[in-house]
Amino acid sequence: MSYDGTFRVWRGDADGGDLQTYTVEVNEGEVVLDIIHRLQATQAGDLAVRWNCKAGKCGSCSAEINGRPRLMCMTRMGTFAEDETVTVTPLRTFPVIRDLVTDVSYNYEKAAQIPAFTPRPREADGTHRVQQIDVERSQEFRKCIECYLCQDTCHVIRDHEENKAAFAGPRFLIRLAELDMHPLDVVDRRNAAQEEFGLGYCNITKCCSEVCPEGIHLTDNGIIPLKERVVDRKYDPLTWLGSKIGRRRQE
Amino acid sequence: MELERHEYDVVVVGAGGAGLRAAIEAHESGARVAVVCKSLLGKAHTVMAEGGIAAAMANLWPEDNWQVHFRDTMRGGKMLNHWRMAQLHAQEAPDRVRELEDWGALFDRTPDGLISQRDFGGHRYARLAHVGDRTGLELIRTLQQRTVALGIDVYMECTVTRVLRDDAGITGAFGYWRESGRFVAWHAPSVVLATGGIGKSYKVTSNSWEYTGDGHSLAMQAGATLVNMEFVQFHPTGMVWPPSVRGILVTESVRGDGGILKNSAGNRFMFDYIPDFFRKETAETEAEADRWYEDKKNNRRPPELLPRDEVARAINSEVKAGRGTPHGGVFLDIASRRSPEYIRKRLPSMYHQFKELAEVDITTEAMEVGPTCHYVMGGVEVDPDTEAARVPGLFAAGEVAGGMHGSNRLGGNSLSDLLVFGRRAGAAAAAHATTRRGNVAPLSDDDLADAARAALSPFEREGGENPYTVQHDLQQTMHDLVGIIRTAAEMEQALERIEALKVRVANLSVEGHRQYNPGWHLALDLPNMLIVSECIARAALERQESRGGHTRDDFPATDAEWARINLICSPTAEGGVTVTRQPLPQMPGELAEIFEETS
Repeated sequence: MSYDGTFRVWRGDADGGDLQTYTVEVNEGEVVLDIIHRLQATQAGDLAVRWNCKAGKCGSCSAEINGRPRLMCMTRMGTFAEDETVTVTPLRTFPVIRDLVTDVSYNYEKAAQIPAFTPRPREADGTHRVQQIDVERSQEFRKCIECYLCQDTCHVIRDHEENKAAFAGPRFLIRLAELDMHPLDVVDRRNAAQEEFGLGYCNITKCCSEVCPEGIHLTDNGIIPLKERVVDRKYDPLTWLGSKIGRRRQE
Repeated sequence: MELERHEYDVVVVGAGGAGLRAAIEAHESGARVAVVCKSLLGKAHTVMAEGGIAAAMANLWPEDNWQVHFRDTMRGGKMLNHWRMAQLHAQEAPDRVRELEDWGALFDRTPDGLISQRDFGGHRYARLAHVGDRTGLELIRTLQQRTVALGIDVYMECTVTRVLRDDAGITGAFGYWRESGRFVAWHAPSVVLATGGIGKSYKVTSNSWEYTGDGHSLAMQAGATLVNMEFVQFHPTGMVWPPSVRGILVTESVRGDGGILKNSAGNRFMFDYIPDFFRKETAETEAEADRWYEDKKNNRRPPELLPRDEVARAINSEVKAGRGTPHGGVFLDIASRRSPEYIRKRLPSMYHQFKELAEVDITTEAMEVGPTCHYVMGGVEVDPDTEAARVPGLFAAGEVAGGMHGSNRLGGNSLSDLLVFGRRAGAAAAAHATTRRGNVAPLSDDDLADAARAALSPFEREGGENPYTVQHDLQQTMHDLVGIIRTAAEMEQALERIEALKVRVANLSVEGHRQYNPGWHLALDLPNMLIVSECIARAALERQESRGGHTRDDFPATDAEWARINLICSPTAEGGVTVTRQPLPQMPGELAEIFEETS
């Protein structure tokens, strides 16, 4: 059942690096992360890689496998032919720290800029009453494990460092969509979505939805509805008039 | 020595549910707070919790209340729990859940629009607030977003290797940035340990790489004590096939939502393993068990929903008796019991996990499952109300703390534990800092230099052993000799091997340099894993009875004498461990009455 597979793994740091070739044993049922671990334990003790749960729940072990953004823990070796060389490289959209580990602080900076969830008051009996159907839309986006594969694949920032300041990336556009659809939240973030988080940069090519390991429909269920809501606000004549005479909230 | 220095009132070590809840509370109490965590924020082990948060909110069963939850928790722990912790936990959990909603959490709902609650092992009523089977993710994301909104400082990918103290108590902590390998020290009067568990000392575990017993070890090094270390929970249902996923958790919700366990002969074997202790509250026939999901008043719980220790032992026995599955587990079947739509709706992560990792469709086929090391009941001995350890300024909350769960934890009681005691630890740590502010001695240069020297020593040795090999040997030792079924001879052998492993750990070498070097990080985690393993083995050898998560083949019965004794692990001057007996705290009369009224 076991065979020796050929792997090319990017080794290096911010100053540069290259693909190194390794021969590693592969056993039945293994995933790419198992191979990386075996490589660490037997041939390259200092090979840098992030991982935590090894079950597709934490979103730590993101990398590009044969050029495709994937979780290493959810990519089965059985999907490759035994004589196929498997190439593992770090996420290209973020600066390399070392080997397969990248600097994802861009994401944490964007997360901190999003206006926080602000609830409506509780009911008189101290509860919040909400129907299941009303929580489900936002729940889809709260399945996000923050693996940042959507950020990695998004052409607005992949190879376009200059757009990062003005564009929060699909992960945070669906965070804005989640809050916009949240049945208990009272803040209007539509203007901020457009002006501060760069919603307009997205031209809905749906690459983010394709790579999402959680199967979240980022574009169809999140970004497009958010764009529609922004447009409603921006071009609705009554809203426009209201904003001019100062009786509506500006945020 | 190059050293980055910071000043805080409270340093929280760990950013799972307990750590973040502690940080939020300390911050809201006015303290300057730092959270230090080994991984990126939002990746802590809490994210893997699946089933839910146990809280007697009575949203589905008006009969439920804190007394019933308290009783279930104590009975699940075979009465060895610290009664006061179990009481506070049962009383405060509902408020802690409601507060999450105010911070943005979106729980599944009842038809009335309230937070839905699901059945779980050992809980008399459907009690677990949940979001599908990804409740831990919801909890951590909610607390993470709250932490960020409050502007609390988070030191991500940063490992604490020492808690620093003087005669008056805690003075701070020392650690290194994983990214650069550079050292960092925090000067602070209060340190909250919230580092989770120890599962990485075992070969088959549901736990992530982070679970190396850091907080347990830091507490011992600082002079604090551990309690109940002999009690390790083997979750009955981990994946068993393929080998690379062995140990990954299969949530108890599968059984809570109607799944049953069968052996290779197709028998629902749990009916053969109902202990006398739970006989009165457990169904006798399959028909009664099946009716219970809809009518809890007139029927009793299915035996699949006995506490985890009972189910894990039963599975172990079936496999040993030759009635296991081809891959050495038993069958967990929900496919024949619930519709595909229901399964996909209630258990989306399980559906996904089996489909992706094992090529099994759980809506049409049974899963193969077996026990996996999941949780340590033992931990830092704390004051129940403040989570203060025996060292002034040191606090512990969540899995790293001991006492709350006695000899066995009920499913769902962990997430609530994190919230209830995380909050209490944060408040007490902030209060302690207020009393000490301005009076904390500066960090000792000698201590800092010593900590730095210890951290760098694996680079200085050449030709020493590879840390991965030593970790593997430790995991094999604990798996083989201090696992789910234990004997004196095997544990004595384990202690001998641990002594040999200590020598090997002192002679590790690592290749490469300090920048993001996992081999080095593991070399620094290994001493923690060893001290925790020694505590488990010593306490387990001492307790000559079987109870909860501690099963002795040579002492198979539960013993009334031992029901009154806690085992305390303390550090010796030579860096070893001693185990002493301590009387169990006695429950006041009005709480004791709960067991008479409702049983």
